[in-house]
Amino acid sequence: MSQIHVSTTINGDQAEFLCDADETLLDVLRDRLGLTGSKEGCGTGDCGACSVTVDGRLVCSCLMLGAEAEGREIGTIEGLANGDELHPLQTKFLEHAALQCGICTPGFLVAAKSLLEHNPKPTETEVRYWLAGNLCRCTGYDKIVRAVMDAAKEMRKA
Amino acid sequence: MSLQTETETKRSFNQIGTRPVRPDGIDKVTGRARFGADMEMPGMLHGLVLRSPHPHAKVKSIDISRAAKLAGVKAIVTRDDFKMPKDKDLVDICANIMARDKVLYDGHAVAAVAATTKAIAREALKRIKVEYEILPHVTDVDEAMKPGAPILHKGMRTGGMDTKPRKDSNVVKRYKFGHGDVEKGFKQADIVIERSFKTAATHQGYIEPHACLASIGPDGQGDLWVCTQGHYMVRNVCAGLLGLDVSQLRVTASEIGGGFGGKTTVFIEPLALALSRKANRPVKMVMSRDEVFRATGPTSSTSMDVKIGATKDGRITAAHAELRFQGGAFAGSPVSMGAMTAFACYDLKNVQSIGYDVVTNRPKQAAYRAPGAPMAAFAVESVIDELASKLGMDGLEFRILNAAGEGTKSSYGPTFGPIGLKTTLEKAKSHAHNKAKLGKNQGRGIACGFWFNFAGNTCVSLNLQLDGTIALSVGTPDIGGSRASMSLMAAEELGVPYDKVRTIVADTASLGYNDVTDGSRTTFAAGLATIEAARDAIGKMCGRAAKVWGIPADAVKWENGYAKPAGPNAGAFKPMSMAEIAAIAHKTGGPIAGHYEINADGAGVSFATHIVDSEVDPETGRVTILRYTVLQDAGKAIHPDYVEGQYQGGAVQGIGWAINEEYIYGEDGRLQNAGFLDYRIPVASDLPMIDTVILEIPNPGHPYGVRGVGETSIVPPLAAIANSVSNAAGVRLTELPMSPPKVLKAIGEHNRA
Repeated sequence: MSQIHVSTTINGDQAEFLCDADETLLDVLRDRLGLTGSKEGCGTGDCGACSVTVDGRLVCSCLMLGAEAEGREIGTIEGLANGDELHPLQTKFLEHAALQCGICTPGFLVAAKSLLEHNPKPTETEVRYWLAGNLCRCTGYDKIVRAVMDAAKEMRKA
Repeated sequence: MSLQTETETKRSFNQIGTRPVRPDGIDKVTGRARFGADMEMPGMLHGLVLRSPHPHAKVKSIDISRAAKLAGVKAIVTRDDFKMPKDKDLVDICANIMARDKVLYDGHAVAAVAATTKAIAREALKRIKVEYEILPHVTDVDEAMKPGAPILHKGMRTGGMDTKPRKDSNVVKRYKFGHGDVEKGFKQADIVIERSFKTAATHQGYIEPHACLASIGPDGQGDLWVCTQGHYMVRNVCAGLLGLDVSQLRVTASEIGGGFGGKTTVFIEPLALALSRKANRPVKMVMSRDEVFRATGPTSSTSMDVKIGATKDGRITAAHAELRFQGGAFAGSPVSMGAMTAFACYDLKNVQSIGYDVVTNRPKQAAYRAPGAPMAAFAVESVIDELASKLGMDGLEFRILNAAGEGTKSSYGPTFGPIGLKTTLEKAKSHAHNKAKLGKNQGRGIACGFWFNFAGNTCVSLNLQLDGTIALSVGTPDIGGSRASMSLMAAEELGVPYDKVRTIVADTASLGYNDVTDGSRTTFAAGLATIEAARDAIGKMCGRAAKVWGIPADAVKWENGYAKPAGPNAGAFKPMSMAEIAAIAHKTGGPIAGHYEINADGAGVSFATHIVDSEVDPETGRVTILRYTVLQDAGKAIHPDYVEGQYQGGAVQGIGWAINEEYIYGEDGRLQNAGFLDYRIPVASDLPMIDTVILEIPNPGHPYGVRGVGETSIVPPLAAIANSVSNAAGVRLTELPMSPPKVLKAIGEHNRA
């Protein structure tokens, strides 16, 4: 089976790769590009652990083919911090202890960043519904919701 | 959230009880943390498993010839590659990781393949031909106990019976706990309530599927990278199954993406090692979510009868429970722990609980957070609630009146020391939540819960580095922030800042044997060992200072990170810091390290009381959780953020168990909802904030008073929510999950009656 050549942009950097026609974007990120921050929790788009942005839109990278990344702008957890400066969401997740095992954390951060880009002043209910596509089994979501609300507040000040 | 110190420990703390950022935090918010599936090695192959589509069948033959011929396939293993081990503890594990003469559940492994790509491995699985002879199956616990039920294991006779059974059975064993005369007790009762209950099997639901990377050569030396709650356990079990020397297999625990008990055994790890050995190349295996549901441990489904009697003035005179738990295809359901914990919250003269461990054609259950206790508490606390209501008493008052306290002979045997149950009940009574008004179709429920907490084998090393900072090695995987707690305890004991300690989870070659991170034991036992290792290092540092000063070692004391002369008679010397002692260690005797090894005892039992408000939609039967409060005794909260996190997480897993989650089997014995879409765990929009109250009744068995906190929080929710929903719907719900069809049916039957 011949592979497909793909040129794309990941976290602002040019990237090229060869992939099989049936390979997901998640597989490409993890297995071909070494970007293992995106996680596979289900492979069926139910858990959100593989959340990335594609041209600014939040998607489950397990539901998109690697070949579909051609010419797109992909954003992953690895692009959230700016050098040694953490994104306010990352800082607030740490301050609020919004993670226990941490496997869902990259997906939550990517999804929450997308939320705050769309809605800088979400209510608790809006946070809960936006993040309803991200499963966390450890925290009961309480500290995650608080961290996102607090990060939103901080980002509005900036 | 609030933290109330009920009883002051004698010691005052500088760092214990603070909330610093966890040491693994940056790695986890940047995506750098490496979990089970995040590792690779040069020349690595990909392993996949072929699984049975049948719940019960003879495996007549397995033909791998067509798969073996496929280019890129480097190894295939089947039952022929695993000799039945002599160690009887490994026999069932061996038959579970790879089916032998029979497959016993939908998802049971029959072969595994390693190939150069995942695509080739998938193709190879399709080319393996398995000939099955399908047998009748059983998945329900009550059905499996009936005479004439399909028998899973030839020769299985029920243990623990009064007379020796003469027929094969699916009932593994009967357990019996209690004291007093239950019959006499029921005669003394003015009111007796007896009810039957059922709960569905639920999965631990960790978001990270099982994953490992094995590398082993023909010389028998191997390395295994794996997400597990206990890498020493993985090492010992895999070495036993593969016939390796334990010392030749080094296991490294990756970051672990949740476990909740489900990662306390092995599934793919021995397969990956066997494939690697055969191919002489590293093999990586990662389960799909479908495999996690079909082939790893959910908890038991249960069927239970509970009978409790009380006098008019509210004293319980007798309590009896019969619990029937199916634990999947092999022995070992947690029914014994269910029976032990069932009545542990109460001070009872006459009590008996009986448990039946039953096998069915389902995946072998694995531990799930306080195994066995939540189901038993659901049944018992539901009857307690109904009894209080029939007596016209407030549920909290009734529980306080009958609650176990210090000196109570527990229903499972031991006599309790200082415990916090009554404190959680009193605090629940005065909590604002308990006084809040309820609206139409809304109800409030309360329930108590108990868990033993484990201790066990633990080994810790603490190294003083050249600059006076500390490297702490523990052998208990960190599933919820325990590295932060260990660093805090070491820093507290040594008197140095938290960020001067770096805690790592060491591999199996670096420390003595450590039991699995389970039973809420890590902060207790590894914490105790950490404190003792720090004390060991302190003794050595004082000795070095004494040597420099030319005074006896016992004339030196340790205070806030400094060695100091113990008193005026010891002489006037400038205190030496850890950095100063470390800098000259090479002149005073060499490197300095503290160690501690123990098979710990003294884990303090813990109790919780939960309050929950719910609303039932009478049109659809849908249950909404409106407000939730957890009150639990932590003994001492080392890092309160992560204690609250355990309380909240346990409560929410309980919410899922109570109203949504269930393993659904078709008539064909196949699991029908092996994915997160159809097996629905709670999501953020389902829930309110989870309020927590940390109570601290010190555990005398730990230097700082710590009790385990991880599991008790899942014990009360099933009952508390059932009580809440029953109050809201006006009818008693006795079957979990309380999904809309069941709630509607109960309301309908009640309205017709």
